[in-house]
Amino acid sequence: MNWLVEFPELGRGDLRDLRKGIDEGFKNFTRTYGESIEGFFDPLLQFLIGLEKLLLAMPWPVFIALVCVLGWLASRSVKIVIGTAISFFLIGFLGMWEDTMSTVSIIMVSTMVCIGLGLPIGILMSRSDRAQAVVTPILDVMQTIPSFVYLIPVVMMLGIGKVPGLISVVIYALPPMIRLTNLGIRLVDKEVLEAADAFGASAWQKLWQVQVPLALPNIFAGVNQTIMMSLAMVVIASMIGVTGLGQPVLKAISNQYLAMGLLNGLAIVALAIIFDRISQSYGKRLQSYRGGHNE
Amino acid sequence: MSDFETKIEIRHLYKIFGETPGLMMEKVREGISKDQLNDEFNHVLGLHDINMKIPEKGIQVVMGLSGSGKSTLIRHINRLIEPTAGEILVDGENVMDMGPDALKNFRRNRASMVFQKFALLPHRTVLENTQYGLEIQGISEKDSNKRARHWIERVGLSGYEENYPAQLSGGMQQRVGLARALATDADILLMDEAFSALDPLIRTDMQNILLDLQQELHKTIVFITHDLEEALRIGDQIAILRDGKVVQQGTPERIVLKPKDDYIADFTKDINRGRVIKLKTIMSTPNDQAGPELSGDMLVEDAAQLVTESPSSQARVVDADGAVVGCVTIQDLIRAMARPDIESRLEEL
Repeated sequence: MNWLVEFPELGRGDLRDLRKGIDEGFKNFTRTYGESIEGFFDPLLQFLIGLEKLLLAMPWPVFIALVCVLGWLASRSVKIVIGTAISFFLIGFLGMWEDTMSTVSIIMVSTMVCIGLGLPIGILMSRSDRAQAVVTPILDVMQTIPSFVYLIPVVMMLGIGKVPGLISVVIYALPPMIRLTNLGIRLVDKEVLEAADAFGASAWQKLWQVQVPLALPNIFAGVNQTIMMSLAMVVIASMIGVTGLGQPVLKAISNQYLAMGLLNGLAIVALAIIFDRISQSYGKRLQSYRGGHNE
Repeated sequence: MSDFETKIEIRHLYKIFGETPGLMMEKVREGISKDQLNDEFNHVLGLHDINMKIPEKGIQVVMGLSGSGKSTLIRHINRLIEPTAGEILVDGENVMDMGPDALKNFRRNRASMVFQKFALLPHRTVLENTQYGLEIQGISEKDSNKRARHWIERVGLSGYEENYPAQLSGGMQQRVGLARALATDADILLMDEAFSALDPLIRTDMQNILLDLQQELHKTIVFITHDLEEALRIGDQIAILRDGKVVQQGTPERIVLKPKDDYIADFTKDINRGRVIKLKTIMSTPNDQAGPELSGDMLVEDAAQLVTESPSSQARVVDADGAVVGCVTIQDLIRAMARPDIESRLEEL
């Protein structure tokens, strides 16, 4: 009856060999393809570096003015614009301008990558139940696996730096973009789709004239979630060499610098609130047509 | 009325809903009943051997209660639903044989549709909604803008071009639906319970708009409704559908005067017959009595007033060329308007 009490586990040696085998295999893979993979991501790296340099070179009043104009165009809310200006001014005043610019640039790039990947994958998922059945469990894994775990292979393959940081941010922030695009398109009114069919719309016309426009509020909620999750990932990504507000936080943790940690943490919160409010009110304005009588 | 050109001909159309409609088709042809098919094989017989000739430039009404298959039937004409068996000929061409591109062209240029729940694009203005069919056809923005504005004006929505559907009442939204369908210039108009979701007064309004437009446009209209009053008012031809079968087809007068079975008789007994029956149907041979000259197509109800005022209590019925073809007396008119079941009702008293 021993087998009932003791779990029939793999022998110690076998287990070690298994792990070793996987590690060796991956190391060999990295040695063979590491460089070409790095080369593949090089344009992204150059873009990220360029953007960061641009933001840092930009005089601070210009940057604040630019963000305020964008904020106004997107939200049409004076409150949000004033809040944005004050937050950025305080961030700069408290000596966190450069780190903030680095963070903003990586958030921008990761959001662009997430939209670029998430939109087509989401559309594909919405059009085929089979694609949905394949992608959904992958998204579940991406969202639940502890982020430290996928840092390991990323670092093994690409070392420490901006690109592996960006990749880990994207892995973490991509799922809501895909999910909400898929959901938004699937929720489009069947009767409107029938009308599009009745007027002889092709699949392509239906997608761009009906499905995507009507799914936009949901797609935009996905963009908002993606930005929020990228910001949340900034501190963890700083462990593998991403510059920005995450690094001082990390330093503060290991040295117990309370004020430093708090200030940089609050700067991240401020960025999150600004991005969230602007993108949410833009998302709401996208739906203004749903309102009733307002002549 | 069989003196019309056939625009759409439906032949032996069957629709079975379920897992294996093809297999069930055999059983239906062998004469299995709808209930048996449902209970034993878990398939629903939606349409059962529909045969119909739809007149060119006329309004064909398909009437039936909910579940009778009327919405399923209209969706076969532009193949939004695929049939299990049968064919639909439009201008002699079988819609069921069309490939994907031919079908797209057919839907773009030859048959447009108006929906019960309007099915407008909520993110587009009235103008942009009306342009939708033209945009799909690939017509330039300038042209489609002009044509859309024309149709918006025709349905009485001028001034609302820049409004969104959610800002309009139901009746106004359906006018947009009508303008959108008319703008494509298709000569077939499919209307699926188009006015059923509207208030009675607005519904009458919309019926008038449709009849006015039809006077001039002469489209072939297939109109689905569950409302007999509506069917009698606008139909040139009516087909009554029940449990996926056509029970009776004919002109409104024929349906009212000669209901084929108790089911239809039951429907028609509360109808105001004076508004359906025409003078030429009830006139007798002409005599030499004086009286106003009335058209044979005049409704009994309209004639009643005029004949009452005539000293001879009768009228002369003339045809389209003005020749006298018959006469009607006030008694004829009253008899025509009376309910057929009045005797049995008197007995009940």
